[in-house]
Amino acid sequence: MAKSPVKASALRMVNVEKYFGSVCALKKINLEVGHNEIVGLIGDNGAGKSTMVKILTGVFPPTSGELYIAGRKVDLRSYNVKQAHAHGIETVYQDKSLGEKQVLWRNFFIGREMTLPFGFLDVKKEKEIANEIMVNTIGFRGKGITVDSRVSKLSGGERQGVAIGRAMHFDAELIILDEPTVALSLKEVAKVLNFVHKIKEAGKACIFITHAMADVYEVSDRFVIMDRGEVVADIAKKDISLKALDEFLLEYSHGMKDKAER
Amino acid sequence: MKQRTSLFGFLGGIEGLAVAGVLILLYAVLIITATPVFTGYRIYMSFLQTVPPILVCALGLTLVITAGEIDLSFPAVVALSGFIFAWVFKNFHSPLAPWVGFILALACGALVGYVNGLLVAKIGVPSIMATLASQFFWYGVTILLANGLQLDIAGVTTNIVHTIFVGRVFKVVPMQGFWSLGLTIFLWFILNRHKFGEEIMFIGDNANVAQVMGIDVAATKMKLFIWMGVIAAFAGLLLTLEINVFYPTQGGGFLLPTMAAVFIGGTSIAGGLGSMFGTLFGAYIIGSLEAGIVATTISGYWVQLMEGLVMAASISLNAVLAAGNVSNFSTRIQRWFKPMRANHNGEESQKDDTVSR
Repeated sequence: MAKSPVKASALRMVNVEKYFGSVCALKKINLEVGHNEIVGLIGDNGAGKSTMVKILTGVFPPTSGELYIAGRKVDLRSYNVKQAHAHGIETVYQDKSLGEKQVLWRNFFIGREMTLPFGFLDVKKEKEIANEIMVNTIGFRGKGITVDSRVSKLSGGERQGVAIGRAMHFDAELIILDEPTVALSLKEVAKVLNFVHKIKEAGKACIFITHAMADVYEVSDRFVIMDRGEVVADIAKKDISLKALDEFLLEYSHGMKDKAER
Repeated sequence: MKQRTSLFGFLGGIEGLAVAGVLILLYAVLIITATPVFTGYRIYMSFLQTVPPILVCALGLTLVITAGEIDLSFPAVVALSGFIFAWVFKNFHSPLAPWVGFILALACGALVGYVNGLLVAKIGVPSIMATLASQFFWYGVTILLANGLQLDIAGVTTNIVHTIFVGRVFKVVPMQGFWSLGLTIFLWFILNRHKFGEEIMFIGDNANVAQVMGIDVAATKMKLFIWMGVIAAFAGLLLTLEINVFYPTQGGGFLLPTMAAVFIGGTSIAGGLGSMFGTLFGAYIIGSLEAGIVATTISGYWVQLMEGLVMAASISLNAVLAAGNVSNFSTRIQRWFKPMRANHNGEESQKDDTVSR
């Protein structure tokens, strides 16, 4: 495991479980993400990936277990989206990170507005910083795209770029990418992977959730494979080739299928 | 990065300009067809007196519709707030009574909004049903409290509250015209330059996004319905003060013109974006149509038909000028004139991206 000796791991989940009524969605999850490590989290639909994301980002609490962010233990009773942001966890969703009809500068600061007295927005400052993020952090060279453009004018890859840039600006310890390349063309996927490289360069950690193997292989340092609410494998990139990983997953899903039929 | 702006794009970007154009066109037509009436100042002063109550309701409704919700209960609030004020004014003779009545009326609006908010944001009833029920309920409450009778408050005309809110500036211009204009500007700032307005837009755009970005969706909706209640109560006060009488069915005809004003103004029924100045001009279009058409001396039977036509025309204009359609529209025009160049400019390659998405 690529754990840095000086810095505490970005994230540690200890025996996290989640039940919805009597249905067990997550079973004793133990997961660690090192400092500046990019972890590819792979699993089929229903593997428990989104449940895990929602716990990490404070949408709902786990039934039991412990959560450490940058070495600090998180009080799960008071944990919510704002707390997650304060702890440095930022999430980029497949399709619900940005308000489509809104202009870009609003999207950068929604939920964390820079305000003047009485709650009025400091539009000038927000636009300045938004422009700074677009040009310097995410290197936007999109034609005719400014901070006043509406999100609906952006391509799918550009949208993910904005969401990733926003996450990086707010000094995230850990950026969670929840299936960021689903429904994108190959060209747009390449753009998103480029943004993920920037996360690594900036010294941040990242969980890249997907079921598209080829995308995640290129950018990840380590792979965690989930199935039916459990972590079933944890493999460093140097120990496995893309082909072997692919075969492993195929075998695994067939194996499970056989077992189920038996 | 400098964006290439076309004339259409530039004009389309100014909030409410298209609707203002329709309003000016309407007045131009009326000046030609009903010259004696529309060249005098009186008809305009009369609009400044009749339109504000509907305009005020429409401004509040613009916020609600921007959040992707609807409020059908405001006509009942117009009645309830009028009753509260009239009742306090009639039964107490302290010089403070009108002010107490005024504040109490606004507070009742807030109460109605609070109950609406509970139903919509906490219990999860769709707002169209919750506020429909609420309209019936609060009209019922008003009729019960008033015993079904109207309250004559002719004495209010000499009161300072009357002077401040519905008096005449230089003995001609109705104060409510200024109050409703001021409210338009104030609510523009709330919607476009305040945290609350931004939250409203994101909730209307996509409530999931709002939630994952840390907005308390339920609390914001609660606040929104309370604002709507207070604003509708203010509309009721303007109405009751102006006509010096409360009647139990007041506000009854407000629902459709108010909604029409909001939609003519260019606020999207889908939520996410709202136009306060559009609503301002929309309300004056709606409020001027009937009197205008009657003044042209064509048969009164034409009124509704003409109203429908003007509404359809202005809403279609909004659809064409709406963001996204503007650039398409202007590039289309450019292509008519310069077919070869248009194929090689930057916007075309961007379009290809859009297609491949």
